[in-house]
Amino acid sequence: MSVLVDHNTRLLVQGITGREGGFHAEQAALYGTKVVAGVTPGKGGTTWVTKNGAYSAPVFNTVREAVEKTGANASVIFVPPPFAADAIMEAADARLPLVVCITEGIPTLDMVRAMHFLRGTATRLIGPNCPGIISPGKCKIGIMPGSIHRPGNVGVISRSGTLTYEAVGQLTVLGIGQSTCIGIGGDPIIGTSFVDALRLMNDDPETHAIVVIGEIGGTGEEEAAAFVKAHIKKPVVGFIAGRTAPPGRRMGHAGAIISGGKGTAADKIAAFRDAGIEVAESPALIGETMAKLLKPSAKRADR
Amino acid sequence: MKVHEYQAKHILAHYGVATPRGEVVFTPKEAREAAQRVGSAVVVKAQIHAGGRGKAGGVKLARTPEEVERLAGSLLGRPLITAQTGPEGRIVRRLLIEEGLDIVKEFYLGLLVDRAAARPVFMASSEGGVEIEVVAQEHPEKILKEYVHSAAGFQPFQARHLAFGLGLDPVLLSEATKMFSSLFRAFQATDASLVEINPFVQTRDGRLLALDAKMTFDDNALFRHKDVQELRDLEEEDPLEVKASEYKLNYIRLDGNVGCMVNGAGLAMATMDIIQYAGGRPANFLDVGGGASEEQVKRGFEIILGDPNVRAVLINIFGGIMRCDIVASGVVAAAKSLDIKVPVVARLEGTNVELGQRILEESGLNFTVASGMKDAAEKVVAASRGN
Repeated sequence: MSVLVDHNTRLLVQGITGREGGFHAEQAALYGTKVVAGVTPGKGGTTWVTKNGAYSAPVFNTVREAVEKTGANASVIFVPPPFAADAIMEAADARLPLVVCITEGIPTLDMVRAMHFLRGTATRLIGPNCPGIISPGKCKIGIMPGSIHRPGNVGVISRSGTLTYEAVGQLTVLGIGQSTCIGIGGDPIIGTSFVDALRLMNDDPETHAIVVIGEIGGTGEEEAAAFVKAHIKKPVVGFIAGRTAPPGRRMGHAGAIISGGKGTAADKIAAFRDAGIEVAESPALIGETMAKLLKPSAKRADR
Repeated sequence: MKVHEYQAKHILAHYGVATPRGEVVFTPKEAREAAQRVGSAVVVKAQIHAGGRGKAGGVKLARTPEEVERLAGSLLGRPLITAQTGPEGRIVRRLLIEEGLDIVKEFYLGLLVDRAAARPVFMASSEGGVEIEVVAQEHPEKILKEYVHSAAGFQPFQARHLAFGLGLDPVLLSEATKMFSSLFRAFQATDASLVEINPFVQTRDGRLLALDAKMTFDDNALFRHKDVQELRDLEEEDPLEVKASEYKLNYIRLDGNVGCMVNGAGLAMATMDIIQYAGGRPANFLDVGGGASEEQVKRGFEIILGDPNVRAVLINIFGGIMRCDIVASGVVAAAKSLDIKVPVVARLEGTNVELGQRILEESGLNFTVASGMKDAAEKVVAASRGN
């Protein structure tokens, strides 16, 4: 068991003939992910092949055709921002249960339309503007470095990319493996919220503890805290980036902005603490904080 | 992206929102001439990208063209310090000369995208002219909200909810409906991220107008709005931030003395935080992008060192798929080409990390290699103090 992806995942890459799409399709295949199809409008009928010839997949003009012919059950999107919302809707129209959108820079009102389109469909969108999802040892969909992960029982949920790698790297060095890591994305409008991801991790028997990495802007972390308080018995470690961020400025991520005095790191940390989440004071202490939380339960298991 | 009040009003008027008659001017002489055309009683409004202008003396009434010229002379070319500008204020370079109105009521109108609901929301309040954050805190019940349907758009019944909710006279209903609908059209058509009319006013002669206007646009949608892009006023932005944006670097200047260069926005924020945690103060936010190429690192150095407060620089790169030896070679080449004087602490993580560290150590440059974020932050803070 893992969350959303495993050995049965059959991946389709939207934008596979592009530089990023092709590179990360190869990285995913190298990790063991089954890359079964690519989609690039106008290049249908060709075959995508890695430089060393080790991996290949048929390319289709439409997602619908790719799903019909290959039985793909997940898609990852590497399509430029002006066309990415359309790519999300195309994937949902083809009834793909999981769509991961890596693209950064999608106009907000395009995402308003895409989210409306997704309502009532069975599609789960992860992202946009995210590193993707990985179940170590099983399946990697996205741009994260597979090598820093190791299989285990800690789930990681984060709005960031490299900061997630930082946290995962700390866990791995301490010998703590991960069940599934989900990068939910740094945009103001995202398909899978902290609460959605927490619910999945909570229901996953393989996930024994959870790391939640938030940042300034919006109310996702506050909602996550309320959900943890009400529903989650597993140990949760939290970190919030942006204590030093000035108000009113967008800190790289489109969603990372303190506006009208709302969305500050202080508020989010207070909400985490109130929910019983163990907050790491410094980003260097995320792994250690989890290690401390896990110790007593490991002892209990020994007895 | 932000624009000036007069530019926002121009856009809103184009979509059918009523605005006062007015002209933008750049000199006292132009101000007097504009006043003669606009009317007998005019308002002189300083145009800067910050709120709180009224309380700071940036909005003034004048009765004669001579008075307008004198006021313009006292405002133009001088800094205006408001609650939002910081202590150094902003130099006033443009004025809006606008007709004076006989106002009977003031309201608040706002439009933005509600993140959690993933749709636009219209907000209105009868507490016009007051900061909406204060109203939200003290009297949340006084803020009316209408969520706009993502596909159907803003509907007339929603305009009626707002109009009656604000207690507007029923004779003004059709004008109010037109105003609200126009406002939404402008928001949608320009990919705005925020439209704020504070206040929107009812005049004694029964008109509804946008007395003030603030518009912010979605940076990610500017590619399809060349006309909006042209409204950018570079003089309102920090020169280093302007330069960084030309290099497509995400840079925000802060007031500390430890420069930092990081790949990824979340890690960049966390790096600022850990510098403070280690007792220092970050000089900036800088995301050089996932790959951290030699070119981007070089430009990052140029920007960071353009800030004279910077005493030391921390490079924090989580290489990921990118190999550390390649990142390190890029950092060394960039540093050598720029003849960097301040101490640099570098922390690299990822594939081939030992090789990367050796390249930095053997470069002959004033580089300190750190392992882990904590070590890096402590070393750079010590270096910034000359230790």
